[in-house]
Amino acid sequence: MPERVGLDELERLIAAGAQLVDVLPEGEYADEHLPGAINIPLKTLDARTTGGLDRRRPVVVYCWDSL
Amino acid sequence: MSPRAACRLETLGFPDVSDYVAGKADWLAHGLPREGEKAAEPRAIDLAVEDVVTCGLDDRVGEVRERVSASRYDFAFVVSANRVLLGRLGHPALEADPRLTAGAVMEPGPSTIRPDSTLEPLADRMRSSHMTTLPITDPEGLLLGVIRRKDLEAAVSGGPAPGVADCMLP
Repeated sequence: MPERVGLDELERLIAAGAQLVDVLPEGEYADEHLPGAINIPLKTLDARTTGGLDRRRPVVVYCWDSL
Repeated sequence: MSPRAACRLETLGFPDVSDYVAGKADWLAHGLPREGEKAAEPRAIDLAVEDVVTCGLDDRVGEVRERVSASRYDFAFVVSANRVLLGRLGHPALEADPRLTAGAVMEPGPSTIRPDSTLEPLADRMRSSHMTTLPITDPEGLLLGVIRRKDLEAAVSGGPAPGVADCMLP
């Protein structure tokens, strides 16, 4: 079960080398995203598009908000 | 959206997946760094000034008034021990009995903006509401600074920011 994290834990994970994945549509990612995040829109998440992620490192996903 | 993405990643074999549920909106609302085509557009936090007078609930009005008089502002913000914004001391609160506490005379719950507020709508709002300053807080209510309408209008019009001599308020 994925862990739900807040800002403090997110910053700790980033400092520890976590990979950030923005799952918003491409245009929203292009406008603004968290530093270092890569874009894999939710509708495209599959084995091929996630192939560049390192499975040995934590992954943190985010979208716009909790709604 | 992100809970489904996190679950999908787990089904794809990623063993350590977390979901930053509050998302990009929360990150930007804390005034944290951003990347992207619109990241260079100035936001409220980019114009924030931090030298406004603050005081605690139990500080005496007389002592706060002296500090306000020595500042370039004519008001103070009342904050908690961890800088959560609780109220504002303007006129006439600053003219109250100097032995009273800030908490007794403050205007509670002042209007605030988020650090990622865009400038033009904010300038319109301040102009139409005749506001000269607005406090900037993060989603937890922490006071990050103050934005002044003069700075905002200068930024929107592309002109230079007002100098210190122009900063007396309102």
